[in-house]
Amino acid sequence: MITVSQDAFRAGLLDARVPVPEGLKDNEGRSAGRRYAVYRNNVAVSLREALETGFPAVASLLGKENFAMVAGHFLRQSPPASPLMMHYGEGFPAFLEAAEPLAHIPYLGDIARLELAQRASYHAADCPAFDPAVFQDLSDETLMAGYLVLAPATKLVKSRWPMLSIYRYATQPGAAKPGAAPENVLITRPEFDPVLHPLDAAAAGFVQACLSGANFGAALEAAGPDFDLPNTLSLLLSSGAIAQLKL
Amino acid sequence: MSKTLKTAALVGAVAASFTAHGTAATAMEKEKCFGVSLAGQNDCAAGPGTTCAGSSTVDYQGNAWTLVDAGTCGDIELPDGRMGSLEALERDLPKS
Repeated sequence: MITVSQDAFRAGLLDARVPVPEGLKDNEGRSAGRRYAVYRNNVAVSLREALETGFPAVASLLGKENFAMVAGHFLRQSPPASPLMMHYGEGFPAFLEAAEPLAHIPYLGDIARLELAQRASYHAADCPAFDPAVFQDLSDETLMAGYLVLAPATKLVKSRWPMLSIYRYATQPGAAKPGAAPENVLITRPEFDPVLHPLDAAAAGFVQACLSGANFGAALEAAGPDFDLPNTLSLLLSSGAIAQLKL
Repeated sequence: MSKTLKTAALVGAVAASFTAHGTAATAMEKEKCFGVSLAGQNDCAAGPGTTCAGSSTVDYQGNAWTLVDAGTCGDIELPDGRMGSLEALERDLPKS
């Protein structure tokens, strides 16, 4: 027999100051107070662990205890909106950037974004391998009017910080200390795991234009005069970034 | 116009070097096996929800931001001087 509404049960889950819902009994009719507390603890801890799993670089940068505290604030403010836990934490980058006590680590949000994007890439749909022969013997008009459609697993993360170096420093023992230059990252999934590639600003402009639906000519325009087309195209082809050229 | 002419030829040439290698088909021949290749550096790729470990640790709900231990961010110095260590972080915390 249900004597407690789901709303009442849920209301106290993420707030330890809310009393245990009235009428909650165990199967022998005794008040379930402490059991509810165990449940409540498991909800918070499992969400925190989900964040630790999903954001190992942020956790390393902050340190374990700091991360637990930051995650505790976040999970109460933004509990999962979906049961698909592998996507949990979409609001975490913005949360980190808005948190005043973390204002002195302004790159944290971008690091979290990079980690989220890797997860999104990992879980993105497969797509058939692209045949580079499509690029052969095109007229200029056809190529410029065509659309370079990138694979679902291809992601771009731009940053004004040395994001990739910081990420590697935080996650890989022995990685070099980050330099000063901003770094953009292209994430591709040539086989099963996401792979990170540094991209200069012009190449990032090209990829971003393609991702936002610009045609080849417009993407070239967006990339600007410094764009290294052969190298970027080689990277896109060798890393499985491209889904199709829509003509 | 001469620029776009060059571009089309360039794109064709780059693509030709990849066509010759015939790398396209290999990736699709294998089956994706979740979890197997995720050890080490790729731990974060799958993300949460991919295991079902139980929780036995205790979560203490705190309202104050009190940064305690030092993470690796304290070792990173970036040029504009805003990348302070956690010491600086704690110093600047609002008193509550």
